[in-house]
Amino acid sequence: MVRRLPRKDVVIVGLGWTGSILAYELAHTGLDVVAIERGPWRDTAVDFNIGTAADELRYAVRQDIFLRPTQETLTMRNNPSQTALPIRKWGSFLPGNGVGGAGVHWNGQTWRFLPDDFRIRSHMIERYGEGIMPEGNHIQDWPVSYDELEPYYDKFERVAGISGRAGNIKGEIQPGGNRFEGARENEYPTPAMKQGYQQELFTKAAANMGLHPFPRPSANISTAYTNPYGCSMAPCTYCGFCEWFGCANYSKASPQTCVLPALIREPTFEARTECEVTKVNLTVDGKMATGVTYVDANGEEWEQPADLVLVCAYGLFNVRLLLLSGIGKPYDPASDEGVVGRNYAYQTGSGSTAFFEDVKFNPFAAAGSTGVALDDFNSDNFDHGPHGFVGGASITCAHTNGRPIRYHPTLPGTPAWGSAWKKGVRDAYQRVANVGAQGSVMSYRNNYLDLDPTYKDALGRPLMRMTFDYQPNEQKMANWMAERCNEIAKAMGAKVTQVNRLGVPWNVVPYQTTHNTGGTVMSSDPKTGVLNRYLQSWDVPNVFVMGASAFPQNAGYNPTGTVGALTYWGLDGIFNYLKSPGALVQP
Amino acid sequence: MVEPGSLWPGKKPSRRRSAAESHSGVTRRSLLASAALLITTSGATARVVTKVLPWKPNEAYPPTPVVPGGYLFFTANEAALVDAFVDRLIPTDELGPGAKDAGVTTFIDRQLTGPYGGHDWLYMQGPFSQNPLPTQGLQSPLTPRQQYRLGLSALESHCTSIFNRSFTQLSADEQDKLIGALEKGEVQLPNFSSKMLFTAIYTNTIEGFFADPIYGGNRDMAGWKLVGFPGVRYDYRDVLDKPNQSYTLPPVGMQGRPAWGGR
Repeated sequence: MVRRLPRKDVVIVGLGWTGSILAYELAHTGLDVVAIERGPWRDTAVDFNIGTAADELRYAVRQDIFLRPTQETLTMRNNPSQTALPIRKWGSFLPGNGVGGAGVHWNGQTWRFLPDDFRIRSHMIERYGEGIMPEGNHIQDWPVSYDELEPYYDKFERVAGISGRAGNIKGEIQPGGNRFEGARENEYPTPAMKQGYQQELFTKAAANMGLHPFPRPSANISTAYTNPYGCSMAPCTYCGFCEWFGCANYSKASPQTCVLPALIREPTFEARTECEVTKVNLTVDGKMATGVTYVDANGEEWEQPADLVLVCAYGLFNVRLLLLSGIGKPYDPASDEGVVGRNYAYQTGSGSTAFFEDVKFNPFAAAGSTGVALDDFNSDNFDHGPHGFVGGASITCAHTNGRPIRYHPTLPGTPAWGSAWKKGVRDAYQRVANVGAQGSVMSYRNNYLDLDPTYKDALGRPLMRMTFDYQPNEQKMANWMAERCNEIAKAMGAKVTQVNRLGVPWNVVPYQTTHNTGGTVMSSDPKTGVLNRYLQSWDVPNVFVMGASAFPQNAGYNPTGTVGALTYWGLDGIFNYLKSPGALVQP
Repeated sequence: MVEPGSLWPGKKPSRRRSAAESHSGVTRRSLLASAALLITTSGATARVVTKVLPWKPNEAYPPTPVVPGGYLFFTANEAALVDAFVDRLIPTDELGPGAKDAGVTTFIDRQLTGPYGGHDWLYMQGPFSQNPLPTQGLQSPLTPRQQYRLGLSALESHCTSIFNRSFTQLSADEQDKLIGALEKGEVQLPNFSSKMLFTAIYTNTIEGFFADPIYGGNRDMAGWKLVGFPGVRYDYRDVLDKPNQSYTLPPVGMQGRPAWGGR
């Protein structure tokens, strides 16, 4: 039997980056806020303790702090004609779990998307004509511009303490920064990170080629810093345990380091952990949310009534919660109608592995966001006319770690075991650099999310089904980028290089990236998205949905900077809603 | 710089979470904390966190250190077989100890007795497809424990019928040829996928050779010394200040180093 709890002003589903920021800002105004999180509470001091955090087997291989597939997973297939099967073990992407969410285990690369990315459809057609648009695409302009988001990017960067070097302050190009970035109001809050020897080689080689390298923006921060919430961070020690680990050092921006210490002091806030929200409840006519239903750790069901429901889970699980709650019309690729699950996108990875002689790269001395990048081939920073594809990639020379279970490269042609392997591993460990291209993925009619007809989660609810493959446009783009990476790798002085083309069809086994986007897209037209420009549901105005599930397609960057900016942008929408409840945008 | 070994007084952390607890959804810690923080007005049994962050000084959740000696999962014959197999995958040679001498068999044995061995954290609900796409990854209902038990038995049957000897009695060359054939799927083992057996042993061997010594493998940090990984030293600011130079300090594990009284 479901038991009903006392009403709250705001219920938040999921206590990661977006949920913790909104919880703090709303509780700070005196509202009663409850956050319901299906994973455990996590604190730096005990859960990412310096004596236990640097454990590659436990965290990066056995995936101790991640969502366990036994609790929830997805099914996957490459196209609608196939039968989807469950992702029994995480591989290509790795969703987080517990308080802090993916903000605990990320690498910390914190980008702003480029101004053109927000109006990519209009921009590409204006410059190149309709002919450049790929077959079956759903590419659409964002309903918000870079200029509108700029102050919100700034706010998130200040809360997270991001280290970097500006390339464009108020229209003035800054030496050593990213000259292609949109104009910024302010310099980064903390100076750029230290770099390693291979970044030195990359910077020289790229500059000699007429390209424009710069230190990539990092949420592993370079100096001590206290953020606007009064939370203090310590300088990064480049320990090489960022991605898939919690930071023991209070150096990586996360809800734990940047928000929770302030949030927990708000007397009108409470978190309930190990409680899984199963449904957003609606009024009989389906036009308003009345709260949520959740199941606690003992399997008991509770109803939490609330005036406002903020869906702040990992993007993929936002989509599933809306599908299970009946908010918005599910997307149907056959008729190309409906919106929930539409425009799922991802990220391409390609590049070049470069083998050197007589160098000591010391790959273990690194942070998740050390690295030098260039944007000369991102978005529309270069002429797409001769290439016939849409999109681009940020190109980066980086090591994030030298953890040897997963990182023990060998020269091409080395056997996979035996004494020859052993010698190959020993010889290559210090001598390999990687030049990688992280590319955009556009949205398409046949890349989407819906509910699986066969497989269920531990609570008996249908798993979500992911239908995805890299389309010809992305393959063309990513493989062209791999050649650019290879040119740079050779110019760095590598003796041997290996071109890494985009792996197709998309395979769930090798880790690629946890940059899953779309499915609850923000749009200017309710027919092409779930959310209006303030991340408010078109159908149920007291439901807002945060996260990368709002991206209409993905750009050639890590998503978190834009997720953070959208959260603060959405917050302004929520404040407006609270002043005058109702739809903030008339369809 | 913090010396990780200093956080291990007497190598016996008193607030250790046992393997069983750490693998269930509800941890001992969460139960203690929820008992302290339970909202009783509504009777809800969620863990509620409000007003203060719930962590306590000196609380941490280290893994249980593996104590070498004997086997908890493998039979003596299986252990001998795994010893011989991993000794060919990563042999002891002029570059240093190989997998067998680094304790990899013990590592695998202990991993198989934990949640990994039963795929406890993975999605194991059926139906299991007979013809999954290559892009769909793991689709077998066999847990690692079953893979080893059945796979090693199949390997022994194969060796008996072809060579009339155990795998352990084959020459190094014969073992290498057979392992290579398993890797490529060129040998048909009785009722077991040769590739599945190879992949299981190979994957776990790499893990055991390079994982922190606390898990029973990587003895004397042999794997880390081979490549020059310093382990958990945790502060490399000085390394970045001196580019392209050798790192000379010896590696450190979660339990410190032998010279400090650790392992």
